[in-house]
Amino acid sequence: MTALTNPRTFRAAREHEWGQLEEILRRAEERSVRALDDEDLRALPVLYRGALSSLSVARETSLDLELVTYLEGLCARAYFFVYGVRTPLRSRIAAFFARDLPRAMRSLWRETLITLLLTAIGALAGYLLVMSDHGWFDAFVSSELAGGRDFSASTEFLRNALYDDGGENPLSVFAAFLFTHNAQISLLCFALGFAFGVPTIMLLIMNATMLGAIFALYASHGLTFALGGWLSIHGTTEIFAIILAAAAGLRIGWSVVFPGEKTRLAAAAVAGRTAALAMVGVVLMLLCAGLLEGFGRQLIVEDWARYTIGGIMLAFWCAYFYLPRRRPGADG
Amino acid sequence: MVDWAMRNRAEQSWRRTLITPEGVDLNLRLADAWQRLGAFLIDLLVMVGMLALLHLVLAIILSITGRSGREVSAILYLLGLFVLRNFYFILQEVGPRAATIGKRATGLRVVARSGERLTADRVIARNLMREIEFYLPVSFVIGDLARGEADWLLALGGIAWVLIFVLFPLFNRDRMRIGDLLAGTWVVRAPKRDLQGDVGNVWEGSPQFRFTDAQLDVYGVFELQTLEKVLRDSRPEAIVPVAGAIRRKIGMPDDGEGHDYAFLTAYYNAARARMERGLLFGKRKLDKYDTGSGTGG
Repeated sequence: MTALTNPRTFRAAREHEWGQLEEILRRAEERSVRALDDEDLRALPVLYRGALSSLSVARETSLDLELVTYLEGLCARAYFFVYGVRTPLRSRIAAFFARDLPRAMRSLWRETLITLLLTAIGALAGYLLVMSDHGWFDAFVSSELAGGRDFSASTEFLRNALYDDGGENPLSVFAAFLFTHNAQISLLCFALGFAFGVPTIMLLIMNATMLGAIFALYASHGLTFALGGWLSIHGTTEIFAIILAAAAGLRIGWSVVFPGEKTRLAAAAVAGRTAALAMVGVVLMLLCAGLLEGFGRQLIVEDWARYTIGGIMLAFWCAYFYLPRRRPGADG
Repeated sequence: MVDWAMRNRAEQSWRRTLITPEGVDLNLRLADAWQRLGAFLIDLLVMVGMLALLHLVLAIILSITGRSGREVSAILYLLGLFVLRNFYFILQEVGPRAATIGKRATGLRVVARSGERLTADRVIARNLMREIEFYLPVSFVIGDLARGEADWLLALGGIAWVLIFVLFPLFNRDRMRIGDLLAGTWVVRAPKRDLQGDVGNVWEGSPQFRFTDAQLDVYGVFELQTLEKVLRDSRPEAIVPVAGAIRRKIGMPDDGEGHDYAFLTAYYNAARARMERGLLFGKRKLDKYDTGSGTGG
């Protein structure tokens, strides 16, 4: 028999090449692609195709289970490496910010409009209800969050709450706390979208009614403008981020309920990936919001300055996400 | 040996086709529930260890700096917790190995279901869902325990919640978590393994066995490969009964001198040589029930 058709001589003849491939893979996996020199990189595709052809031959001619299993494992590892992601991290991050993130946000525009509308309705409803009957306030704002800011409080107390710097906690700790807390809530908002988006919407509306209720409280003391400044310096970023997180959650829920022409599974997978990208953006926005709230709001107590910063942030996010841009070369 | 054939079919149901651009099927093997659980428990332990390390480092910082270090340690603690909770899995799975420490230890990796390369958005999607699958209910229950207001109802609710999501993979063929479902991924076995030597080397002085073609045709590929495993393990408590069973089946009396291993080796060699010759002529007898009338899969 020839070397190819006798499995035992076939194995002896090829074993050396498989060992070489395995050695290259081991080094690449344990350290990085940079651990390979030019010679290895040139040899890799050849060795990989050699292993694949060995696997094909072994499957057809050999009954040695050990050999076939080994080659399957080796080929799978080599396949994932050869066809895996090998662009350097830096250019991947650059592509993420330049292309993937704005695109993901843009593709969520319909859901974003819906969640924006829901937030507006929720805030308006909270405002009107509390204005008509102050008893609603306790229903919308938990007492531990209000921290004494309720209808029994004096105008002076409410005003001080807007311009005081955060109490005994140092500002940076306050900022870190706000960021991690808000980010966790928005991640939850996203993850809950899986239950057909219902919990996401509930969470969003709860948040919005609370906003409306607090506005009603301050409006009844003639402090609307001051509250607007206090809120907008970080709120334009933070509320926008929450609206986007809810939109991402809604996208998932929507695709599970109405998968369209794809299978439910495939539709959920596509939506999940888009929404996940958007969520990275949301977490970054909340990081900005945490810094603005923790530092900016406590250090800048001028109403107009607060409004200006809030407005600039909002304009920046909108421009970044929604401004149409030139497609660099072949877009894909 | 009856249930071996059934086990063979069960094994086939774990296999998933992934055709490389070169046109070869990689025949991936899905990870089963126990391996997934094992990997997760290892990761959980590592995370707890990292948390302990974080505490330790902060304690050291505090003991050195005194009150002035409080601010820094509070920030480090909050951010460290956040990163650990949300990025432990993501940061490891976007790497070239596509596996966390736990998955590496159990020989698993994450793969895109479509066979495309595993991109970061998939990894992020599959791991952010851990939030509702695990972290949220667990942190609720732990938080209430810490405040001393845990009641049994809440604890039971939390456990039920976790169980629904933890058991979810058992209710679909592909063993997908909710996160896998949303990301279009699955978890497969990709252990590193060394090629072991061929079995069936005959040492000198062992008795000669001769088999007729009819005796060699009793079994199929599956039984041959099972015999390969038995020989490779070479545990006496398996060798003796297997040798007995084969002798009975092919009608060859035991010579009573304890040459079981030599007998099995000789039978393995002879049967394998005959079957491999058959393969060259397009004959593949899958198992002992295969009469050759079917197409053979």
